[in-house]
Amino acid sequence: MSANGAPLLELDAVDTFYGPIHILQGLSLVVRAGELVCLLGGNASGKSTTLKTVLGIVRPRSGAVRFDGEDVTGRPTSYRIAKGMAIVPENRRLFGPMTVLENLQMGAYLTGGGTKEDYDRVYTLFPLLHERRHQLAGTLSGGEQQMVAMARALMSRPKLMLMDEPSMGLAPILVERSFEIIQQVHEAGVAVLVVEQNANVSLSIADRGYVLSTGRLVLEGKAADLLQDENLRKAYLGR
Amino acid sequence: MHSLQLVGYFQSYQLTWSYFLDQLVAGLTLGSLYGLMALGYSMVYGILKLLNFAHGEVFMIGSYIGYFVLVALGGTTNPTVPVALLIILMFGAAMIGSGVLGVVIERFAYRPLRVAKAPRIAPLISALGVSFCLQQLASIFFGTEYKQYNPFGLSGGTLTTPWHIGSLEVSWMQMIVILTTAFLMLVLWQLVTRTQIGRAMRAASFDLEAASMMGIDVDRVVVFTFFVGSALAGAGGVMNGLYLSNTFPLVGFNVGLIAFTAAVVGGIGSIPGAMVGGVTIGLLKAFAIGYWSSAYQDVIVFCILIVVLLIRPSGIFGVPAPQKV
Ligand SMILES: Nc1ncnc2c1ncn2[C@@H]1O[C@H](COP(=O)(O)OP(=O)(O)OP(=O)(O)O)[C@@H](O)[C@H]1O
Ligand SMILES: [Mg+2]
Repeated sequence: MSANGAPLLELDAVDTFYGPIHILQGLSLVVRAGELVCLLGGNASGKSTTLKTVLGIVRPRSGAVRFDGEDVTGRPTSYRIAKGMAIVPENRRLFGPMTVLENLQMGAYLTGGGTKEDYDRVYTLFPLLHERRHQLAGTLSGGEQQMVAMARALMSRPKLMLMDEPSMGLAPILVERSFEIIQQVHEAGVAVLVVEQNANVSLSIADRGYVLSTGRLVLEGKAADLLQDENLRKAYLGR
Repeated sequence: MHSLQLVGYFQSYQLTWSYFLDQLVAGLTLGSLYGLMALGYSMVYGILKLLNFAHGEVFMIGSYIGYFVLVALGGTTNPTVPVALLIILMFGAAMIGSGVLGVVIERFAYRPLRVAKAPRIAPLISALGVSFCLQQLASIFFGTEYKQYNPFGLSGGTLTTPWHIGSLEVSWMQMIVILTTAFLMLVLWQLVTRTQIGRAMRAASFDLEAASMMGIDVDRVVVFTFFVGSALAGAGGVMNGLYLSNTFPLVGFNVGLIAFTAAVVGGIGSIPGAMVGGVTIGLLKAFAIGYWSSAYQDVIVFCILIVVLLIRPSGIFGVPAPQKV
């Protein structure tokens, strides 16, 4: 599915620091409405920091974050989520001592706990979660937890899904299944920015990709072109 | 042989069934109070990892609010409203007053430090400061002498005279403490499992950053937590006044320390843990006093608690955070 052009998310020359350490260095990227973009990079390259900057968990020292036609750089996370962002965080970060249902309710915190349609939608996508809705999230298997994390993010009816390494810790078959779901979400019209180290799988479903190295963009382009790129092949795809 | 030794050690009245039940009821009553207080420490620690040492003083102010409502409505011997209503008003006013006080303390003593990203030790000092400050303000404005609740006068003395059910002996006052606590616990449980803000509190307590990633406004959750925890402390303050018959500026210190211990033993951050920890300490104390000596009560109680923590370092209900990849 191709993007319809209008930029939904824009990072404009963003510099993010942790204390004195300069992490993101003049990072600019764009995700258009309905587009599936992947952000690749090795360990500690700043991928998670990029998503936290987008969401407002950390604030850039300079540069701008624009979302859906508005500069949200100074806005709190809750504002950005109300405006249509949602995240599947690194390591999923489920609320372990709470039930699956309660986790979904937290995903819909800003929409008052979610409507029947919201639940129908995620239970159709993940029928297993309906069965398990009263189970404590911390007792689920890794694959099941991944489903809850995605469902939880979808509960807020996002325009943009941020996903931090959805393949982490999953068996190959489950990685494939995860990416099928991501594609389904994308096909339903949601823009997705997915952070991955697994370049092959993510580029195969993405429209475009960016490659990050120690906080700077080193490569960007159409996913199909990146898949053919010699340098990227050496760095990531050879594994 | 065994029982002979026991008889030699204990007084014969201590070996009766009814004496045992007396200690049990006294322990449950005291334990209810500690449990209510422990909840406040536990909930705040769960979210902010802050030991709110001013919590004992919030309890103290609650007990004064209850006392002033009592006096304003005619005191115990001549209340101008029915006794049941009087007690409800004392609880209501103390809970609201303490709740608001807790929120104010958070707003002015803790939040600025949080915003400034101060190291963890800083709010601890700020908490001690608020604690001393409230103690001294209470001494200056309310006086250092004991304020008498005089519960013996209430309803012609019927509230403190025991009823007998078989060999069980319970006073109305003990029933009020135990049942009010049970009721407040039930309300709290509904609050944290049935409302979005209550669930958000549990979520934030497990993983603050993940909670904010869901759009949960952490500051609002913190205000809610301080209000609820402090209101429970206010209720505890009134119970303490009614049960032990008086209050004074330092009343919160001892109760606060014990309740804090209860929170740790129960598993800090856990709501059922705080309650179980409180009741455990109440029972241990009552039995230590009843069967050994009141001079050694704290030695006995704390030795047992140290053993409990050696066996379960994160407390009875405390679970180390799950480490799933
Ligand atoms: N809260 C923090 N405080 C200080 N430094 C941090 C913090 N979070 C991340 N960093 C540092 O910032 C750099 C980038 O981290 P980031 O988590 O964005 O990397 P990443 O690309 O997501 O890596 P990975 O693939 O391992 O998840 C790392 O060097 C990390 O140590
Ligand atoms: Mg990362």
